Amino acid sequence: MQSANAHGKIDSMPADTAQPVFVARGLTKVYRMGEVEVHALRGIDLTLYRGELVVLLGPSGSGKSTLLNILGGLDAPTGGEVRYLDHALTGASETELTRFRREHVGFVFQFYNLIPSLTARENVAAVTEIADAPMRPEDALALVGLGNRLDHFPAQLSGGEQQRVAIARAVAKNPAVLLCDEPTGALDSATGVVVLEVLEKVNRELGTLTVLITHNAGIADMADRVIRLSDGRIAEIHANAAKKSAHELSW
Amino acid sequence: MKALDRKLFRDLWHLRGQVLAIAAVIMGGVATLVMSLSTYDSLATTRDRFYAEYRFAEVFAALKRAPEPVAERIAAIPGVERLETRVKAGVKLEVEGFSDPITGQLLSLPDVGEPVLNGLHLKRGRSVQPWSADEVVLSDTFADAHGFQPGDRLAAIIHGKRKQLTVVGVAVSPEYVYQIAPGSMFPDFKRYGVLWMGRSALAAAFDMEGAFNHASLTLARGAKLQDVVDRVDAVLAPYGGTGAYGRRDQFSNRFLDEEMKQLQTMATIFPAIFLGVAAFLLNVVLSRLIALQRDQIAILKAFGYSYAAIGLHYLKLVLLMAALGVAAGIALGAWFGQGLANVYTETTFRFPYLDYLLPPGVIAVAFGVGAVAAVGGTAFAVARAVRLSPAEGMRPETPEVYRATLAERVGLAHGFAAPTRMILRHIERRPLKALLSVLGIACAGGLMMVGNYQRGAIDFIVDVQFKYAAREDLALTFIEPTSGRALHELAALPGVDHVEGFRDVPAILRFGQYRHRGAIFGIQPEGTLHRSLDSTLEPVAVPPGGVVLTDHLANEILHVKPGDFLTVEVLEGSRPVRQVPVLGITRQFLGVSAYMQQDSLNALMREGPTISGAYLAVQPGSEAALYAQLHERPRVLGMVANQAAIQSFYATIGEFILFYNLVATLLAGAIGFGVVYNAARISLSERGRELASLRVLGFTRGEIAYILLGELALLTLAAIPVGFLVGIGLVSILVSAFQNELYRLPLLLTPQNYAMGASVILASALLSGLLLWRRLGRLDLVAVLKTRE
Repeated sequence: MQSANAHGKIDSMPADTAQPVFVARGLTKVYRMGEVEVHALRGIDLTLYRGELVVLLGPSGSGKSTLLNILGGLDAPTGGEVRYLDHALTGASETELTRFRREHVGFVFQFYNLIPSLTARENVAAVTEIADAPMRPEDALALVGLGNRLDHFPAQLSGGEQQRVAIARAVAKNPAVLLCDEPTGALDSATGVVVLEVLEKVNRELGTLTVLITHNAGIADMADRVIRLSDGRIAEIHANAAKKSAHELSW
Repeated sequence: MKALDRKLFRDLWHLRGQVLAIAAVIMGGVATLVMSLSTYDSLATTRDRFYAEYRFAEVFAALKRAPEPVAERIAAIPGVERLETRVKAGVKLEVEGFSDPITGQLLSLPDVGEPVLNGLHLKRGRSVQPWSADEVVLSDTFADAHGFQPGDRLAAIIHGKRKQLTVVGVAVSPEYVYQIAPGSMFPDFKRYGVLWMGRSALAAAFDMEGAFNHASLTLARGAKLQDVVDRVDAVLAPYGGTGAYGRRDQFSNRFLDEEMKQLQTMATIFPAIFLGVAAFLLNVVLSRLIALQRDQIAILKAFGYSYAAIGLHYLKLVLLMAALGVAAGIALGAWFGQGLANVYTETTFRFPYLDYLLPPGVIAVAFGVGAVAAVGGTAFAVARAVRLSPAEGMRPETPEVYRATLAERVGLAHGFAAPTRMILRHIERRPLKALLSVLGIACAGGLMMVGNYQRGAIDFIVDVQFKYAAREDLALTFIEPTSGRALHELAALPGVDHVEGFRDVPAILRFGQYRHRGAIFGIQPEGTLHRSLDSTLEPVAVPPGGVVLTDHLANEILHVKPGDFLTVEVLEGSRPVRQVPVLGITRQFLGVSAYMQQDSLNALMREGPTISGAYLAVQPGSEAALYAQLHERPRVLGMVANQAAIQSFYATIGEFILFYNLVATLLAGAIGFGVVYNAARISLSERGRELASLRVLGFTRGEIAYILLGELALLTLAAIPVGFLVGIGLVSILVSAFQNELYRLPLLLTPQNYAMGASVILASALLSGLLLWRRLGRLDLVAVLKTRE
C-alpha cells in the first residue's frame, strides 16, 4: 500500500494496479429547502478502487451521507458526473438506478432496517431471491458469525446481531460495493467492534469495495484510506500507513 | 390558538385522505339516519296536519242501508263527538278513449256546505254546487292519470244505470292518502278512481234517498274507541252493518303506518352498520397516530401537560373527524330525505302539501350517534396515550414481534418467497384487525346487495302473483253474493274461454284477545285459473270443514296453531257467528288470507252454491268487446284486468327502485372505499419503512407493491364471500323487519345481486390500489436510512 499523503492532490492511488470502481468528477448537490438553498456537496472529485476499505469521516452536515447516497444510486447530483465501472450513474433513470442497486450495491444502515416479519435467514433470502449469483443465505449468515441464529426474528436478536444480519443481507448477493452509513452508530462500543470485525472480514475475504461513513475518528484507523469531508468538500485524503485491525479499535 | 390545537389541525390536514374516507363512512350512516328520520317526521307532521285540517274521522262504519233518523241514535252514543252519514257506491267508470275496465268509489258530499268530516282539499276547480245533479270532484291521482280538467265529462254506471258526470274539481282526501282498488294488490291510478258528488244526486242514482250506508265519526275527549265501536255495531246491526272500525283498520291510514314503520327500521339498521364500521376505522387510524406520536406525547408530558390534556387532545381529533362526517351526512340526508319524500308523494301517498322538515331533534340525534361512535371506537387507543409514561415514550418501541404463520408451522407454505411470507405474517400477526377489515369491506358488499335486492324480490313477487297464482285475464266481482248459475251465463259470453267462481266473505276472525278484520276466501280445490299458492309455489291444500291461514296471520296476528278453533264473525248477510277449526298454515308473500274450500264456506254461510265473483280466461283480441258487455251488466260491480295491473305497478315503483339503488350504490361505495383505503394507508404507514428499505436494496416499485397490495388483495378476496354472507344476513333482517299484513318479502338473492356486491368491493379495492401505487412512487428512500422508527 502506498503511504503518500495527497495534500493538494485530489486523488491518491492505493495501488498502481488497482481498478477504479467509482469515478466522481466535479460533484455538486444543492437541496432547496423552502427558500433556502443548502449546498451539500460543493465539487467533489474522487476515485474509489476495487477491494479497498474507505472511511468517510466528517461532522454532521459535511456531505458524507449525500455522497454515499449518490454513489449508491439513491440520489442524483445537481452537477458533475459519477461513473460506476463503465456505466454513467448521472442521468440514469429510476429504473436503471434500481437495477444498479439490485445488482451491484450492498447497503448497511445505522438502524439495520431489517424486515421484522422475516427471520434472519429470510431477510437475507429476500435479497438473494432477486439476485443473479448470490451466496446461500446460510453461508452469508455464517460469514457474519450467525450460523446458529438462522430462524430468529429481528425481535429475538440483539442490536449487534441485527446489524450483522443486515451485513449478511448486504453481502449475500456478492455486490461489488458495500456502502455502510454509520453502521455502529446505534451500538455500544464492544458490539460496534464486533460489527466492524465482520465488515473487515467481508472486505478481506470477498474483496468488496467497502465505504464506511462515520463521525467517529477512532474507526478511521481500520481504513485503507480515510477521506475527510468538511462543508461539502474533501478536506483531506489520507492513506493509513499501518491500518489497525478492528479488534484493536476502541472509542 | 393554543399550540396543541394547532397541532390538532395540522395532524388532521396531514391525515386528510383518511379523515375524508372516515368522514365518508360516517356521512353514509348519518345520511340514512337523517333521511329516514326526517322523512318519517315530515310524513307524520304532514299527515297529522292534513288529518286535523280536513277533519279525518276516527271511526268508520259501513252498512247496507239505514234510514237517516238512525243517525241520531249513533250521534247519541256517549263518546261520539261529530258524526257524518254518507252514501258510498261502488261504480264502473267510462273514460273516452280508454277501453280497460275502470272501477270507482263514489262518495256523497252534503248537498249544502262543507262535509263535517273527511273534508276535501281542492287542488283545482271548485266543489260541487248545492243540489247539483251531475257535478263530481275527482281524486287527483285519477284525474292526473287521465288528464281530466274541470269541465271535462265522464260516465259512471251507478247501480246498473249510466250517468253522465261533469268534472268540476280535483281534490285530495285524508281518507284516500293511499289509494288502491278493493281486491287489488297494487295501486293503479288509471284504473281506479275516487269521486265525490252531491248527496241527493247520488242517493237518487243509488236508491238511497233518505238513507245512508256509511257513517264516520270522531270521538269525544276521553272516549274509549272499543266502547264506541261496540255501541255503533249494536245500533247498525239490524241495518246490515259490517262492523265499525277505528283508524288503525282504515286502509289508507294502515298502509301509511306500515310504510312509516319501515322508515323507522331503516333509521336503526343501516346507520348502525355504518357507524360500527366508522368506529373501527377511527380506532385503527387513531391507534396508528398515537403509536407514531409516542415521543411527542412523552415530550408534552415531560413538559408538564396533564394526562387529561393529552386525552382531550386526541378525543378532540376524533370528534372533529366525526363532526365533519356528521355535517356532511346531515346535508346529504336532508337531500335524500327530500328526494324520498317527493317520491312518496308522487307515487304512493297523496297529500295536498308536503312539509319537508329537518327537526333540530334529528340533527341532535345525528351529532349524538356520531360522537358515540367516535368516542366508543377510540376510547382504548386514547386511554393508551393517556397512560403512556413519559420515560417509556421516549424510548423507541421494541421491534414488532412476528412468528411463522400457522400454515408455515404445519409445513404448508414451504415454497413461498419472502414477500409472500411478509404478507401472510403481517396478516396473521393481528388477526382481529384483519378480521375486522374483512368484515368492514364485506359490509360494503352486503349493503350493495341489499340496495339491489328489492328489484329482484319485487320481480319474484309479481311473477308468482301473476304468472303462477292469478292467471286469469279478468277478475270481476258482483254487487252482492250471487247464485253459482251466473257462471254459466258468463261462460256463454263471446270471447270467454273459461270461468271459475269464487266466494269471498268479509269477516272478523277472533282468537282469545286477538282479532283480525278481513275475509274468508273460498277456493276450489280443482281450480286452475286463480290458485292460492304457498311459498314453494304449490297450490295451498285446504281440507274440507275448516280454514287454512297464512303464516303471518296465524303467528303474528291471531296467535293460533292448527287444531285451535277460531271465532268467525261474518260481516255479510245475517252476520252469523261460527266456530271454525284451523286446519293448517301456509306461507305467502302478499296479503294475509284465510282459506276454506268453497263448499265448506257455502255450508258455513248456510247457503247454496253461491259466488262473490268470477275469474275469466279471455281469448286474445276479444277483450274490448267483452269489457263493454260486462260493463252493461248491473250485477257486475268491478273488473280488474291483470296485464294492465302489472304494467301500472312497475310504472309506480320504478322511481322508488331507482332512488334506492342510487342511495345504496353511493353509500356502499363510500363504506367500501373508506375501509379499503384506510386499511391500505395504515399498512403503508406501518410498513413504509421496510418497503423503502427494500427499494434501497434493489426491489422495484412493482415488487414492493406486491407486498403491500398483495395483502390488500388477500383481504379483499376474503371479503367477497363474507360480503355475500353479510348481504344474506342484512336481507334476512330486512325481510323480517319489513313483514306486515300487506306483504312479506321473499329471501331471494339473484346472481345479479351477488355480482353487484362483489363489484363494489372490487371497485373500492382497485381505486385504493391505484391511489396507493402513486404513493409508493413517492417513498422517501433517503429518509428511511437516517431515522429509526
